[in-house]
Amino acid sequence: MCTVCGCGEGETRIEGHHHHHHGHPPAPAHVHGHDHDASPLVASGDQLDYGQGAARAHAPGLSQSRMVQIEQDILGKNDRYAAQNRARFEALSLFALNLVSSPGSGKTTLLTHTIERLGTRVPLAVIEGDQQTAHDAERIRATGARAVQINTGKGCHLDAHMVGHAMERLDGLDGGVLFIENVGNLVCPAAFDLGEAHKVAILSVTEGEDKPLKYPDMFHAADLMLLNKTDLLPHLDFDVDACIDYARRVNPEIDVLQVSARSGEGMERWLEWIERRRTARIRQRIEQLRQQAQALEMLL
Amino acid sequence: MHEMSIAEGVIQVLEEQAVLQNFRRVKRVRLEIGPLAAVEADSLRFCFDAVSRGTLAEQSSLEIIDLPGTAWCLNCHATVSIRRRYDSCTHCGSYQLQVTGGDELRIKDLEVE
Repeated sequence: MCTVCGCGEGETRIEGHHHHHHGHPPAPAHVHGHDHDASPLVASGDQLDYGQGAARAHAPGLSQSRMVQIEQDILGKNDRYAAQNRARFEALSLFALNLVSSPGSGKTTLLTHTIERLGTRVPLAVIEGDQQTAHDAERIRATGARAVQINTGKGCHLDAHMVGHAMERLDGLDGGVLFIENVGNLVCPAAFDLGEAHKVAILSVTEGEDKPLKYPDMFHAADLMLLNKTDLLPHLDFDVDACIDYARRVNPEIDVLQVSARSGEGMERWLEWIERRRTARIRQRIEQLRQQAQALEMLL
Repeated sequence: MHEMSIAEGVIQVLEEQAVLQNFRRVKRVRLEIGPLAAVEADSLRFCFDAVSRGTLAEQSSLEIIDLPGTAWCLNCHATVSIRRRYDSCTHCGSYQLQVTGGDELRIKDLEVE
């Protein structure tokens, strides 16, 4: 799949829209040319750890060929699209959240309940990312909210270019909330900025409290951890305090809210968290416009 | 898991640079990767081998320079080195660390002809 637009060899689909093709070089079925002796794999007992290799610094040899300095971020292109999205969200005073979690954490149920509570007063829309099917977008539309489904094909994450395309299908969102429900995956979406105001990591209490340590990049990238399905806590051995402690180890700044979409417990605080930030964004925009209006009045 | 898309991202940058800087073939690519970039070097090599076939970087060597991970300890008021996001301060054991380096994922330079 392509980092720029996520088109897994023509597989990315935004509902009702065949994604344009960039003409990637054909990838061969299987190439096995790497050197196993150089593997940084460290094995001990029953544990295989790919993150422990010795530093392999390189002393470049002399060469007759030309050296070209690049110093370019590999994900720079995604970051440029993300900056465009962010500017667009700011111009609309649109509060965008990137919801990330493993599959089955209850993201879509949490979203449908959140949408019902936010009501019709606030303009809102959902961009749904899944590898296949439009099931989640249909569940969101059943609440009356607008939803655009992005199917990433083989892709494991949404990227900023896909979100930019999905935004072309959504209008009238000024001052509202955009929920971007990422592909269920606690690994890859951490690396792809979509232009959102915050990443929100959803962890359900049926998953095990050490997930923040197992997938530290995601919990580091998130500004809020929603601990979901808390109505099930009496039936589980899940240690809430340990989980929060692990999350703060990888991200001392992370906010934590405990919610149950099903029982409604904690949902008020989650809605307050959203509303406080959404309205702050609108106030900030009003202030900018006021200053702009004043500057124009001076010219009369 | 997204090493494949990162490898394709590298090839795209090479193709853009080939036009801008006027070269036809890439013999060596040097990447700088921090320990917190969520990229597995071995997997990236494998993917790069696969996606570079039939491109200007076919048979090029991919070299990965490991950069250090660093963090500012709010307790010690000092920079400490880390390997993982959940590492504690090597001096005081505190987890109140702000990551200051190690997220890097970039192409440093190329050997071309």
